[in-house]
Amino acid sequence: MNFDFSDDQQAIKRTAKDLLAARFNAERVRELAEGERYDDEAWKEICELGWPGIFIGEEHGGQGLGAVELIILLEELGYSLAPLPFLSNAAAGLVLQHAGSDEQRERWLPGIASGEARGTVGVVKNGEAALVPDADSADVIVLVEDGESGSVVEASGAEVDALETIDATRRYARVRSSGGEPLGGAPREAMDRVATAVAAELVGVAQRTMEMAVDYARERQQFGRAIGSYQAVSHQCAQMLLETEGARSTAYWAAWCADSEPETLPRAASMAKAYASDAGWSVTAAALQVHGGIGFTWEHDLHFFLKRAKADGQLYGTARDHRERVASLSGLEREPVAAP
Amino acid sequence: MDLTLSPSEQEFRDELRSWLDENHPGEEPKGDNEAFEFRRGWQKKLHGQGYAGLSWPKEYGGRGATLIEQAIFGEEMSRAKAPSAANVLGLVMGGPVVIAHGSEEQKKRYLEPILSADEIWCQGFSEPDSGSDLASLKTRAVKSNGEWVVTGQKVWTTYAHEAKWCMLVARTDQDAPKHQGLTYFLMDMDQDAVQVRPLRQITGEAEFNELFIEEARIPDENVVGGVGNGWAVAITTLMHERAGLGAASAAGVKIALGQLVELARERGVADDPVIRQRIAQLEIEAEALRLNAWRGLTQIMKNGVPGPEGSLPKLQWAAVNQSLTELAMDIRGEEGLVKDSEWTYRFLRARANTIEGGTTEILRNIVAERVLGLPKLR
Repeated sequence: MNFDFSDDQQAIKRTAKDLLAARFNAERVRELAEGERYDDEAWKEICELGWPGIFIGEEHGGQGLGAVELIILLEELGYSLAPLPFLSNAAAGLVLQHAGSDEQRERWLPGIASGEARGTVGVVKNGEAALVPDADSADVIVLVEDGESGSVVEASGAEVDALETIDATRRYARVRSSGGEPLGGAPREAMDRVATAVAAELVGVAQRTMEMAVDYARERQQFGRAIGSYQAVSHQCAQMLLETEGARSTAYWAAWCADSEPETLPRAASMAKAYASDAGWSVTAAALQVHGGIGFTWEHDLHFFLKRAKADGQLYGTARDHRERVASLSGLEREPVAAP
Repeated sequence: MDLTLSPSEQEFRDELRSWLDENHPGEEPKGDNEAFEFRRGWQKKLHGQGYAGLSWPKEYGGRGATLIEQAIFGEEMSRAKAPSAANVLGLVMGGPVVIAHGSEEQKKRYLEPILSADEIWCQGFSEPDSGSDLASLKTRAVKSNGEWVVTGQKVWTTYAHEAKWCMLVARTDQDAPKHQGLTYFLMDMDQDAVQVRPLRQITGEAEFNELFIEEARIPDENVVGGVGNGWAVAITTLMHERAGLGAASAAGVKIALGQLVELARERGVADDPVIRQRIAQLEIEAEALRLNAWRGLTQIMKNGVPGPEGSLPKLQWAAVNQSLTELAMDIRGEEGLVKDSEWTYRFLRARANTIEGGTTEILRNIVAERVLGLPKLR
């Protein structure tokens, strides 16, 4: 029993943290978000480091590592709020790697691993995928219908409408397509990996905003003392820690299951995504409350995190969707259990 | 990262599991005395197999088990629905205090009867006016003719009527700052100057007692850790023996959740979307509790100190257990009021979870101040 990262994994974490801190300080994130764009230079840099392909097999140009290494990167990407098309591309890589046919893997994974031909994943309901990250700049879009089937669509063959959402740090689009080719296999298990990845990003977002709130509560003086000395404030911060650590434990567990105990992955992934979706929102919302009026201003950075937390919470199954699945997996069986 | 048990941990668990299969004493008898003697017998059995004093060093009759083994033990005991050991306070608090702070004579005198349950221990810390603010306690010990004379009142004293020894913290210096003038004593309960009165709680039963102490005598050799060091001695035990508790409490919650799912199915609400959401949320929180507890153990084993997640399991457990029993009450409706079910008892008993062993408010203070580094209130 060792519930911690290995030395190699710790090294990945440190490298990611340092690089992202250097490239994405608060001013840079704001500049990119307000300009509604990504950092192409930083994207090239992380592609050279092999991040997009970290979990993709070496035969397809990846590093051949696992879900644990992937979530280490995602936690740090969430922490830095780096405006990069990483998550969408990783989602496509996960689905194609675990549910694509040999030809589909051959065709798309090398570009996803190198970052030169990016992908994304959309969940289709009522004939359209309502919110697909980076669909307007991806080369390939994987559309998942339910746990059972999906299709692989070249972006040029899909109807992609860019959306203006509350999350300025990422681009989103609505996608409709009647074309493409069927996905090789059932995407259910692959979507569990995607849900785990988003949960890890939420852990980073929650960690960062908790730190912001704690720092502020230490410094901000009212009634002659630091507001963090008041229990009405400090207890909210303690609750943030509880939820952030719970999100972290469940996300790490789900990633470990993906690599080492796949039979537990459905339960673990849905638990991780449900927990992190709720925690991401409640931690960022409480952080705003601790900041008071300044937290509600555009000029403060907190709202970028709050909005990303909400966006991640809605993506690839809401907390409610995943809880419903957990209920079915906990002895309250209904119909066959589909991935949300 | 490896969330499976190592071969030796696996072996420890398998041995324990099969021993429990063969030696489980069955249902606890009704009646306080019968139940207590049943627990005493159970502890003797555990002791015979080396399962009492699990964390104690081998030289003192313990097993010297690792933190992971302690957590496995807690999980397995919960899973097997095994009764508690009779001398639980001696095992988790009294013994470790004597081992850490006691003299050689004290170790020789006190440790073995704790393990064998021949001498039961109780804890005299809280007082009517000193709950969360324990260090403000007023029970006085004054030295006279080479012995200590103690007067005061203690409360929430589990097993006081069965106990031979009381871990008593009393004020020995009225002038020192409140955390200083305290001393940790071992008080013989077998004297008329100590009166025990059962304290009836909202469940109707009396798990706890009040102690009225009127000039009780304690020989000087029963001071543990030196006069004036009572706070430090008491605190080490409170911090110490919590390691395995998170995992054990998570296992207990998991069993209760299984029963809750059964209840929901029996009552035909397994399809109710609100019930499904609430049960799922509890399943998730119980899993987060378990995982935080195990992750905390890894941090202690690696770094010698708990990480931030180590301070959370008690808080989480209390909240989850209360929600769980509330949901059972909601599912049972009117029937939930009738006092013939374990669920009704648990519903009431759970109200204490956010108070006993550190209130949720105090635990949040500790997290805020010691883990997050927020400024102190006081």
